[in-house]
Amino acid sequence: MSYLEYNLKTVPSGPTKIFYINWALLLLISAVAGVGVLMLYSVAGGSFSPWAGQQMERFAMGVVLMFVVAMIPIWFWRNIAAVAFGFSFILLLYVEFFGSVGMGAQRWIDLGFMRLQPSELTKITLVMLLAAYYDWLPQDKVSRPLWVLIPLVLILAPVFLVLTQPDLGTSILLTAGGGIMMFLAGVHWLYFAVVILMGVALIYAVLASRGTDWQLLNDYQYRRIDTFIDPATDPLGAGYHITQSKIALGSGGWTGRGFMQGTQSRLNFLPEKHTDFIFTTLAEEFGFVGAFSLLVLYALIILFCVISAMRMKDRFSSLLTLGIAATFFLFFAVNMSMVMGMAPVVGVPLPLVSYGGSAMLVLMAAFGLVQSAHVHRAR
Amino acid sequence: MRKSQREIQESSRKLSRRALVLGGLQLVFVAGLGLRMRHLQIEKSDQFRLLAEENRINLRLIPPARGLIFDRNGIVIADNEQNYRIVMVREDAGDVDETLARLSAIVPLDPEDIDRARKELKRRSPFVPVTVAERVAWEDIAKVAVNAPALPGISGEVGLSRVYPMQQDYAHILGYVGPVSDFDLSRIDDQDPLLQIPRFQIGKTGVEVKHERDLRGKAGNRQIEVNALGRVIRELDRTEGVPGDDLQLTVDTDLQNYVQARLEGEAASAVVMDTQTGDLLAIGSAPSFDPNLFVRGISSNAYNALRDNKYRPFRSKAVQDIYPPGSTFKMITALAALEAGVIGVDETVYCPGHTTVSGLRFHCWKRAGHGNMNLHDSLVQSCDVYYYDIAQRVGIDKISEMAKRFGIGVDHNLPMSAVAQGLAPTKEWKRTVRDADWRIGDTVNASIGQGYVLSSPLQLAVMSARLASGRAISPRLIKSVNGVDEPIRDDGELGINANLVKRVQDAMFAVSNHRRGTGYRSRIIEDTMRMAGKTGTSQVRRITAEERRRGVTRNEDLPWERRDHALWVNYAPFDSPRIAVAVVVEHGGGGSKAAAPIGRDITLRALYGKVPPLEAYPTAARGQVEEMHENMNLRERDTSGGTGSDRA
Repeated sequence: MSYLEYNLKTVPSGPTKIFYINWALLLLISAVAGVGVLMLYSVAGGSFSPWAGQQMERFAMGVVLMFVVAMIPIWFWRNIAAVAFGFSFILLLYVEFFGSVGMGAQRWIDLGFMRLQPSELTKITLVMLLAAYYDWLPQDKVSRPLWVLIPLVLILAPVFLVLTQPDLGTSILLTAGGGIMMFLAGVHWLYFAVVILMGVALIYAVLASRGTDWQLLNDYQYRRIDTFIDPATDPLGAGYHITQSKIALGSGGWTGRGFMQGTQSRLNFLPEKHTDFIFTTLAEEFGFVGAFSLLVLYALIILFCVISAMRMKDRFSSLLTLGIAATFFLFFAVNMSMVMGMAPVVGVPLPLVSYGGSAMLVLMAAFGLVQSAHVHRAR
Repeated sequence: MRKSQREIQESSRKLSRRALVLGGLQLVFVAGLGLRMRHLQIEKSDQFRLLAEENRINLRLIPPARGLIFDRNGIVIADNEQNYRIVMVREDAGDVDETLARLSAIVPLDPEDIDRARKELKRRSPFVPVTVAERVAWEDIAKVAVNAPALPGISGEVGLSRVYPMQQDYAHILGYVGPVSDFDLSRIDDQDPLLQIPRFQIGKTGVEVKHERDLRGKAGNRQIEVNALGRVIRELDRTEGVPGDDLQLTVDTDLQNYVQARLEGEAASAVVMDTQTGDLLAIGSAPSFDPNLFVRGISSNAYNALRDNKYRPFRSKAVQDIYPPGSTFKMITALAALEAGVIGVDETVYCPGHTTVSGLRFHCWKRAGHGNMNLHDSLVQSCDVYYYDIAQRVGIDKISEMAKRFGIGVDHNLPMSAVAQGLAPTKEWKRTVRDADWRIGDTVNASIGQGYVLSSPLQLAVMSARLASGRAISPRLIKSVNGVDEPIRDDGELGINANLVKRVQDAMFAVSNHRRGTGYRSRIIEDTMRMAGKTGTSQVRRITAEERRRGVTRNEDLPWERRDHALWVNYAPFDSPRIAVAVVVEHGGGGSKAAAPIGRDITLRALYGKVPPLEAYPTAARGQVEEMHENMNLRERDTSGGTGSDRA
């Protein structure tokens, strides 16, 4: 069913439609963000500056943004999906050539009040574009090679740019997110089997190219892979993160040391304790109970999105909602795996919890899209 | 695209199926994460608690000893000294002000230090140790240890700190180290965990920063057991770091000291280079400053005084500053013209005291004119008109090419900060950089080392060394790294007709040794050490026609900033050259008067290997030289290798 076939009478309109948003989802999101603020307050040694206060402001802005996005009809978002993707792609090109150099990577555009990372934006616009694409494409063509090639190019173009930044974490998320969209749309499973085989081959190539002239990754990325495989090889360098992170997690035990009582994560052992490694603080201070609760909250957010998607009747809305939920899943799954020593350290933040304005606002905008689809669904 | 009802249903069913598969996979993954959490936090919790709980085992980095730097004779010029310091951890201190007050009652503390420490304690996280006082006496550390119960959170530490025993002599070569700053961290892409240590010393300027990687070494680590208060209980394991590599410079400390002392009182620089190996035996730049001030933390008053000094003590003038080389450039112009064959060695040019080129009048320094000049006489008497003439014949591009062959306007790749490249201009250069056409007047100016031509004193020394040897010798500052010799950089013959070079060398000999030579007053009379040289005076102001009518104002009557730069280059001994010297005295006036005597004294000091005897000087100069040497502020170094205490 396309949006043209909506019976407009069954879709809420006017100012009252604000009451139709998915309140449970908002509540869950707020709970997770609350955990984030609490943890940032704790890692700063019991202070709202420099992180917790600003994070609260960003979340408030995010909520407003979410409402604004949610109130705009979903068919509008569908119509501008291609434009939005094009815009974020141009921004990616822009940072590629003119971006400020920070920490060795060109990643952001300075907007004055915040630093916008076009790669963050791309995660969402890519999902939008693919949802719109598969909404438009008739089902019988989905698995034809030409129609598979198009989304593949759309995914790989930004991935290539992000990879040269170099931002391995985001490129993995983009690739996986795009792949999931294609999977949801019903692309034949043989394609995925081929890609997975090629992926294995690529990993082999990456490892084999090390030390040669055509080395595919930076040295520091190789070191991270090394230390993931065996942290003990470099306990003071890159392996340090993983070792310290595991000590912090493990020392939390069942119920943790209590709020602001964490010692390991607050000692300046983890340089990214307020961003990528914030989960260690939670796990140390609130133990297994706290860490598992956060995991449950994340799982519930996914669940609510999936339930909402099942009730939507148009393809774009369902695909978009499922895609955003999957992207969100990838965020926390990769971050948690990395912090718990199950994946190499690639630099992916914990969604809604890690300090960072760009990621927060983009995520809230994405949830705005989910809400818009929820509000404007045909009933 | 319109779709049929059936199609929509089909695709919607497929979507639901796929969504369920995906949801299932996600659920499995979440379960996996939960299991991993359980594994780490519950099953292995005891193990990690052991690591983290009451008696925590911490890894601490041990900073390695920074590599030492020696001079060519093995004298230490950058050393490490034991440094006792008092550190404080806010978290453990309770009432910070109270504790600091108690501490200052026991140990004499600078109120400025206390203020700084208080600010830093406030700014940093509560568990980070902050240095309250550095370079504390051992007795004071003992007092702190004895009074530990009354001083919670305060402890004594020992570390190594850089010290420069030769003080200001090497400031411009070695540079200095300082605590790593946030700015440094943002600027360098370096994963070395050592940089995370508060106040870890890294090179900031000079050789210290250029050879940072060699000098720094690798971190060691120790596992220590600490109690809940963070106090160290015992050391469990210790891996020593790898100390940094030692460096040896080509510089001779005693000569360097003499050069610095000789330049004292002027804004001047001098370079002494070995003509055979390219070794830089001395790189003097005055005034200088004591780099130890920066290691210890310089007061803002002292810093401002140095920064605002019009003689610019922070500049390493010998390599960072570039000057119009003046008449010292004439050898280049001459060789370019001779090689191109536009003038013969004995061909003469008539000097009426000036020449007119495309309507502009260019003057010789001698208003009355020199009469008929050939190559030899024009160099000896430094006639300008001869060079105006031959430069127009050969053209700027050939002159520029010759200058580059002699090392002017060439980057010699020295490990010092902000080394200036100078400039040997070409027509192409002016078109691309200045966006203007090259004028014939520019060539005339360049012929006598004015206008666009710029050279550092170092490059002048290279030029002089190459004139002496006829070989493309490049300067070398680092003799060896960690005992491994650095290569001598000799790119072979310059490929200029030996006869031509010989004629120029003879003329340079006459500059210093012929009665009419501009450097005659500063000659050396010891036969085995006679010099070949060239004076230079480079204008820093334009002389207006008005001024010229009134008669050019004498340098002595001008304010310092508007006086000419004085230059001198030479090599010696003439028969078998060993060293090349270049001297630039900023706003010193004429080269023969201000720079040549310095060049002579440095040459003699270098050749004798000690303060030279008076017999080497012409009789007329001896009284003045004797007086100068008596008043000279030379460092006394214990060469017998005894106590070594007088080294500081």
